[in-house]
Amino acid sequence: MDKRTKIKAENVDFFYGKTHALKNINLKFYENQVTAIIGPSGCGKSTFIRLLNRMNELVPHTNLTGKILLDGADIFDASVDAVEVRKRVGMVFQKPNPFPKSIFDNISYGLTVNGVKDKNFIDDKVEESLKKAALWQEVKDRLHESALKLSGGQQQRLCIARTLAVESETILFDEPCASLDPISTAKIEELILELKKDYTIVIVTHNMQQAARVSDYTAFFLMGELIEFGKTQEIFTAPKDDKTEAYITGRFG
Amino acid sequence: MKNHITQKLGFLGLFLCISITLLFLGAIIFFITARGIKVISWEFLTQVPRSGMTAGGIAPAIVGTFYITLGAILFALPLGLACAIYLCEYSPKGIVVNIIRISINNLAGVPSVVFGLFGLAVFVKYFKFGVSILSGSLTLGILVLPLIISSTQEALLAVPQSIREASLSLGATKWKTIKNIVLPTALPGILTGVILSIGRVAGETAPILFTAAAFYTRGFPKSAFSEVMALPYHIYALMTEGAHPDKQRAIAYGCSLVLLLMVLCISGIAIFIRQRQKGLHG
Amino acid sequence: MKRARIKEKIYQGIFTVLAFASLVFLVGIVIVLFKEGLPIFKRVSISQFLFGQNWYPTYSTPEFGILPLILASVWVTLGAVIVCVPLGVGSALYLHELAGHKQRTILKPLVELLASIPSVVYGFFGMVILTPFLQNLFHLPTGLTALNASLILGIMATPTVCSLADDALSYVPKSFREASFAVGANRWQTLTQVVIPAAGSGISTAIILGMSRAIGETMTVLMVSGGAAVIPHSYLEPVRPMTAAIAAEMGEAPMGGDHYHALFAIALVLFLTTFVFNIVAEFISRRFRIKLGLSG
Repeated sequence: MDKRTKIKAENVDFFYGKTHALKNINLKFYENQVTAIIGPSGCGKSTFIRLLNRMNELVPHTNLTGKILLDGADIFDASVDAVEVRKRVGMVFQKPNPFPKSIFDNISYGLTVNGVKDKNFIDDKVEESLKKAALWQEVKDRLHESALKLSGGQQQRLCIARTLAVESETILFDEPCASLDPISTAKIEELILELKKDYTIVIVTHNMQQAARVSDYTAFFLMGELIEFGKTQEIFTAPKDDKTEAYITGRFG
Repeated sequence: MKNHITQKLGFLGLFLCISITLLFLGAIIFFITARGIKVISWEFLTQVPRSGMTAGGIAPAIVGTFYITLGAILFALPLGLACAIYLCEYSPKGIVVNIIRISINNLAGVPSVVFGLFGLAVFVKYFKFGVSILSGSLTLGILVLPLIISSTQEALLAVPQSIREASLSLGATKWKTIKNIVLPTALPGILTGVILSIGRVAGETAPILFTAAAFYTRGFPKSAFSEVMALPYHIYALMTEGAHPDKQRAIAYGCSLVLLLMVLCISGIAIFIRQRQKGLHG
Repeated sequence: MKRARIKEKIYQGIFTVLAFASLVFLVGIVIVLFKEGLPIFKRVSISQFLFGQNWYPTYSTPEFGILPLILASVWVTLGAVIVCVPLGVGSALYLHELAGHKQRTILKPLVELLASIPSVVYGFFGMVILTPFLQNLFHLPTGLTALNASLILGIMATPTVCSLADDALSYVPKSFREASFAVGANRWQTLTQVVIPAAGSGISTAIILGMSRAIGETMTVLMVSGGAAVIPHSYLEPVRPMTAAIAAEMGEAPMGGDHYHALFAIALVLFLTTFVFNIVAEFISRRFRIKLGLSG
């Protein structure tokens, strides 16, 4: 195991008001690997992934202790700007959430808000991102139509392309296929496998087959605790914890 | 059987209530249109009053209302937008927000004539703006501020949280998210609120009684510090002042029709847009 | 990158400061009313002012008793309530319970349109149409009476009451209604015994805010109430409510004189009254939302 650690959670506790949502989480995400986080709904997996790019800060009355290290530096350190963290750690959400703008503007948005003005560069980047997200062929002739006209699966790939354009190093997927049909889901999974060459990927899913298909490592969460973490193959074939076994064999959740 | 009859009578009662309400709307529009239409002509809309307010047109009053309304919106819109943005996008829920919310609600309930007195004491007297477009606009701007805030808030709340998150996750700052994503998405709703506010301001009379309005001015206003004629005030003045009540009454009908049409059209557009937006979002 | 963060802070600062505008204006109004209104109490005591029966502000020995004005406001407002409560609540019930989707999409905007007509137009309508009508009907020396003002104000407040009551009705959970149908109640029984009680405090909020609007309304009462500053004895006589007194007399009151201060003191009474109404309405509506399990 000489893989480089990209993100590391150290003794993370998280509270919503008085609810103890995450309890002493210690977890590593390796570079250029796909890590799946599984668990029944309400287990804290979505809460956890949103800490990794500081999206939790949008919700008031929460409290965090412990550290989350990105390339060894704590992203919650007072000197670190959340905006900088989010540029490096992108996120794809449960429901496709394109902006009510054109396809082109959706992709270029991340560049323009970060001060890129060079038109040619933006054009190239949009094309490159759409190609990487396997959407270019379908939309290249209608880049200036509204993104809202795309199908759900296309919209989700657009959201992935949008994240790729800002050149983040890590992409967080929060149940990216929850609202998609099986064919669109297959396309997204294929894409994730392709993307891991260049990116560190974390995917939250309640679909165990999906976790088995796309991930290298799997973490199992239950009631705010990390129950087990290991190579996906091992987790699914020889779980060490009874609760993990009960969950993946479908006895609850 | 008895239950059935009670139900019939009850429903009939409710039907009568809404019929009477709408009958009044119909009656107001009918009487004012029927008698006002005879007075309205191109000359009436574009000429200045003549012969001691008994002949000529009402152009200065229309222009005056336009200036006052424009001024009020220019003053209230930035404040209202900023306040709504603060409440919806920045503020953590808490005591500060409650205080602001309660003051908005109460400001909305202040009688219009009280705004007039406030304008008189502060803008006319204290700041020495005199009875002028400026004083009237500022007074009306304060009056309409709560309306702009609440309609903007409604529009901002209708913007899905998910696209705010998408923007932030791409490394956009909060302000850039608001400027590039939230405001453009909320724009139709905000505009509806602004249009409604224009309708409200254009018809208000009591706040400009002592701050801006004059029954008669020579020609058109020259600067922001001029007194002006204004359509709603003109109606009131024609009915209660002046030397020729009978001749003035005909002109008052014309003025009322112009004001009524203006306000109904403006509000009608806003109500229509709002209804369509509601329809679109289910 | 530091610069971007500072810029963000500046924007947040601007919005935070501007957000307090409403509070500043509200406090400003209170300060102005007290500052300009209180000096009158050097001339007359508070009880003389509030309960004095003679309002002769321009006599050589002026009297500043505003009881006639207060009573006129109360009379006219109560009259308006008698008009706007049945019409407003009835219309809301009709819109909510009987009108189909299609009817509703036409009727609701029409009611809203009624709310957008300027008060001066209502006043004008009252003067030229309702006044001669009432005069002939009751054989009066003048049609400009408390009754006239009540009718017009009532109609003006109807859309306010209607849309707020409609909101209150829409908060009543469907399950209440279904439960009532399930035990065999018909629609009318369900409406009167389940829906209206459930929406009760929401509807009372609507009525209070409607009243608040009627008390503070100026132009219509100025134009149609007749303007006599005497203690009202009948709805068929002219009266002078507080708002009308302020609007009619401020133009002639010498700035800084007793009359001027007295008018500001009336405005203060008016402001405090509507303030109390609004606070009560807010309080009731908050409790209403909690009762129905909605977030406060």
